[in-house]
Amino acid sequence: MSSTWMTTRAWLLMLPLLVVMVAVIGWPLVDTVGLSFTDAKLVGTGGNYVGFDNYTNMLSSSNFSRTLVTTTLFAVISVAAEMVIGVLAALLLNQQFHGRAILRALMILPWALPTVVNATLWRLIYNPEYGALNAALTQLNLIDAYRSWLGEPGTALVALIVADCWKNFPLVALIALAALQAVPRDITAASLVDGAGPFNRFRFVILPYLAGPLMVALVLRTIEAFKVFDIIWVMTRGGPANSTRTLSILVYQEAFSFQRAGSGASLALIVTLLVTVLAVAYAALVRKTAGSAA
Amino acid sequence: MERRSPAFTIFIHGCALLLAAIILAPIAWLFIMSISPAADLAAKPLRWWPQAADFSRYQTLLSTAENSAGAAFTSSLRNSLEIAGMATLAALALAIPAGWAVSRTPAIGWSLSMVIATYMLPPVALAVPLYMGLSHLGLLNNVFGLALVYLTILAPFTTWLMKSGFDSIPREIEAAAMIDGAGLFQTLRIITLPLAAPVMATSALFAVLLAWDEFFYALLFTSDQRAKTLTVAIADLAGGRVSDYGLIATAGVLAALPPVLIGLVMQRALISGLTSGGVKG
Repeated sequence: MSSTWMTTRAWLLMLPLLVVMVAVIGWPLVDTVGLSFTDAKLVGTGGNYVGFDNYTNMLSSSNFSRTLVTTTLFAVISVAAEMVIGVLAALLLNQQFHGRAILRALMILPWALPTVVNATLWRLIYNPEYGALNAALTQLNLIDAYRSWLGEPGTALVALIVADCWKNFPLVALIALAALQAVPRDITAASLVDGAGPFNRFRFVILPYLAGPLMVALVLRTIEAFKVFDIIWVMTRGGPANSTRTLSILVYQEAFSFQRAGSGASLALIVTLLVTVLAVAYAALVRKTAGSAA
Repeated sequence: MERRSPAFTIFIHGCALLLAAIILAPIAWLFIMSISPAADLAAKPLRWWPQAADFSRYQTLLSTAENSAGAAFTSSLRNSLEIAGMATLAALALAIPAGWAVSRTPAIGWSLSMVIATYMLPPVALAVPLYMGLSHLGLLNNVFGLALVYLTILAPFTTWLMKSGFDSIPREIEAAAMIDGAGLFQTLRIITLPLAAPVMATSALFAVLLAWDEFFYALLFTSDQRAKTLTVAIADLAGGRVSDYGLIATAGVLAALPPVLIGLVMQRALISGLTSGGVKG
């Protein structure tokens, strides 16, 4: 069979997917770019061309810079915590102990719980009047009076990060565990014979095996954390006093609550650009890590 | 093997108990809230264990009496099932041929890379045109419209999984069948697809989980019982003026049940699916 025919046949089999992807992703993306240069409203006529006004207005607004800081804080802290707790949990699950198989099976639960259910669950736990957190801390005499964990700007973001971590660290743990189990036994044994302490063993023997998979998990989790919408919308809607408003929430408000489609589109593209830059930088890092680990 | 001191063994078991408590406590509390009488949940100090288990909320939510809380819940349950089912079938129909093509013809692999790269796009970057487009087609607040939009998430992911699956099926088997005189589609039907059945099942379950979990598009593109999904119904409950927190918890338990069961049953397949990309680097 000729290779030209093979390639043509492959393209024909690929075609349905590509057509649908152009219809539901390609065209909307191009349309968003077009909209971002207009003052179009969500409903009604097309709007007028306004050049880069939407972009300059957005980038110079204090809303944007504050939201960017909030998003970065959320992404950096929650992903870092998920990585550290996830690796610690994986190291634990790689040990011998009673009930290990059951504990490993349980790790799938937070991951499988729908994001909205997770957000609702933690919203109930943080409830200012009847929440379990207030009840537990009061009964342990750690606080005197019930607090509104999601209602105070000082605690709302932390409360969100805890809820996000709880759902996502088990995934990191399972990925890290799979990598740990690929570490050959004789290498760890040899390092013991050579007298390496626990820290050096982790740093020089185990970490090289973890680095590649963990980098991939780090990239995917960071991109997701940067795009975060669901958990925040359900728990705080970006409040109180916009203290938990992330970029995706800001775009939603701009485009759908205030119906400013044009300016919302420009903001959405700024977010897209940020995520892309992040992803490309990370991809380079992953390639470097994979190269040095091999 | 490293010899362990008793102190280390105790330490490991202590850590394991702590981890189990961290994982289980919130989930257990969700269930306990769902069966605690409303008075217990509002008591101060809080009653952590119900005096009598009360399963009536499950009955309330699953009843289909008109204009009840149950009617809203059951219709959103049905919508979620319909949308997840349709979107999964459509995604597989696109992913199986595309995944096979890329697996056997690496020269076109860049097109799949481009499809997968769309994962980086925040849904907000597509939301406004999709909203206008669905509105134009009369597909706002419509299960077909939402299932179509879900292909933006499901199709790239399932194609990638199917491609990895086909990669692990030796092409020599296909070549042998063709030498024996089987045509391409006969070969795929008799040889390749049966061998790929486990991967198809894993991809389908992943797709169902993704669709079941989706919230952003559902929030934007649905407005009433005709198309609202479970995630939107639960967010409505959580954000509304429901005075019985147990009812919200019950809705959460019911919505979590299918994905949690899938997760537990399919554990091994799901983890290898999740980590294959990671371990390969």
